[in-house]
Amino acid sequence: MSNEETVSGGLSRRAFLSSAGAAGVVSAIEGRIVMAQENGVKTASAVRTPEAGGGAGIVAVTLRVNGKEQKVRIDPRASLLDCLRESVGLTGTKKGCDHGQCGACTVHVNGRRVLSCLSLAMMHEGDEVTTIEGIGQPGNLHAVQAAFVAHDAYQCGYCTSGQIMSGVALLKEPCGPADADVKELMSGNICRCGAYPNIVAAIQQVRKGA
Amino acid sequence: MHTFEFVRANDPALAVAITSQAKTAQQGADMRFVAGGTTLLDLMKLNVEQPAKLVDVNGLPLDKIERTADGGLKIGATMRNADLAHHADVQRDYPVLSQAILQGASAQIRNMATTAGNLLQRTRCMFFRDTAMPCNKREPGSGCPAIGGGNRMLAILGTSEQCIASNPSDMNVAMAALEAVVHIRGAKGERDVAIGEFHVLPGNTPSRENVLEPGDLITHVTLPAAAKGSKSIYLKLRDRTSYEFALASAAVIVNVADGRFERVRIAMGGVGTKPWRMPEAEAALVGQAVGDEAVMRRAAEAGLKDARPQSENGFKVELAKRCLVYALKQATQNA
Ligand SMILES: Cc1cc2nc3c(=O)[nH]c(=O)nc-3n(C[C@H](O)[C@H](O)[C@H](O)COP(=O)(O)OP(=O)(O)OC[C@H]3O[C@@H](n4cnc5c(N)ncnc54)[C@H](O)[C@@H]3O)c2cc1C
Ligand code: FES
Ligand code: FES
Repeated sequence: MSNEETVSGGLSRRAFLSSAGAAGVVSAIEGRIVMAQENGVKTASAVRTPEAGGGAGIVAVTLRVNGKEQKVRIDPRASLLDCLRESVGLTGTKKGCDHGQCGACTVHVNGRRVLSCLSLAMMHEGDEVTTIEGIGQPGNLHAVQAAFVAHDAYQCGYCTSGQIMSGVALLKEPCGPADADVKELMSGNICRCGAYPNIVAAIQQVRKGA
Repeated sequence: MHTFEFVRANDPALAVAITSQAKTAQQGADMRFVAGGTTLLDLMKLNVEQPAKLVDVNGLPLDKIERTADGGLKIGATMRNADLAHHADVQRDYPVLSQAILQGASAQIRNMATTAGNLLQRTRCMFFRDTAMPCNKREPGSGCPAIGGGNRMLAILGTSEQCIASNPSDMNVAMAALEAVVHIRGAKGERDVAIGEFHVLPGNTPSRENVLEPGDLITHVTLPAAAKGSKSIYLKLRDRTSYEFALASAAVIVNVADGRFERVRIAMGGVGTKPWRMPEAEAALVGQAVGDEAVMRRAAEAGLKDARPQSENGFKVELAKRCLVYALKQATQNA
């Protein structure tokens, strides 16, 4: 192996910053990583620490999130969801089930909606990741965000960022005109509060350009 | 989740060379390819899968779809399910495949899931997914608690004393009816396996689910040229209208000539330990008049004759029969 880089971790386990935009919070467990560039193969090898018997190292990963480059040092096991929330500091994306069953963690990768909980952050180097924070901001809401407000398309709000990310992606997907078509394409986003009728109404309002 | 070494492969030969060193390509594999990750990462979080090495196949040049010389279709292993389902050629020539994929999972998951990953998705049996429970598939010899309870979603065809786990895929059912061929590149070269032989019955070794050996990389799947003038449908019956696995589903492809079934291909999902092709049901239809309910019912009886229901899924026997009859009716309606 060439280009070996060894890092010893000694950072606090999880300095959780809720202020959006606080970049580069490192989550590290004592360990060692080896990065190697060989024959076009990139290997990020997390070597277990003998003491921990299954501990982990950290890997340096560069992501593009909402148009900005983010250099993070993460556990290789980190999902894109955990990386966004805990390392990049963008907590708008929510964790519901962590197993692909609820849609709360929906983000866009290269313009398409995916579940950030079932994807390794490491696998997204070079991809364009968009989160709810990149869709619109207070005072400059995306049409779908504004429609959610207008239609009261939430109660507790926990599923809402995932719903909106799905709704925004849906606008560019093949989808029939009926409410039933929207329901079908929104079925991957579960709402425990049952705001479904208003969610469908909000998305339909945007689709009809009303 | 256990930690792992991660390799991004940009050349199939390298992906094969690395994983050839694995001990097994079946349950308990120490090395895994990762594509969409929607099956694998879910199971790694549950510690059902504990690979020490992951080889990312997303950088391999296997995401294309092409026509084959004989008028068929060659579908790349890493092509996303959503792209496959919405592809114009698939919608025109193989609508049953498009319908099956679009009735599976959610829009987000279909954007991630790949052809090969879907072929290899694992059972949703709750005992398999829970490492606190015994499971012959996960831990050979530990027992099968599903035989006796918690088996409502599980299989009634192809089961064994060891395992009754169902294959949950919708895409696989359409692939089975379309007589797809799985193309594999392995340590010893390339080989083609008919979809019917790709998945294997649980028998006494439920931890073995398919013919893959260490190093075997699925490169693509081919479909033979679509039968001219055929009508098809994928019908999926489930507890919710969307984002739910099948209790019973049917992929039906029929050619009708002079008011009679001329060529029939049938596969069912939600009922088998593997995607379940039904040659007996097909044979019972060929030469018979379309539109005769009794004929279709006899075909369904033939297809389900070996069904062995468990304590909680007896309803599936009748549900599957009605599912097949209804699908046949739909497919022949305007034939
Ligand atoms: C909540 C939920 C609901 C779902 N509902 C449905 C449903 O209703 N119907 C349905 O059909 N499916 C459903 N699915 C399953 C989904 O379709 C599969 O998870 C998906 O198709 C797997 O594809 P992937 O690319 O993500 O596979 P991965 O998770 O990346 O891989 C799966 C397996 O395939 C192996 N593999 C991947 N690529 C290759 C290759 N090229 N060669 C050899 N081996 C390879 C991997 O090593 C792994 O063992 C659901 C999933 C979830 C999480
Ligand atoms: S947190 Fe990802 S789908 Fe529930
Ligand atoms: S608004 Fe509460 S979960 Fe949807």
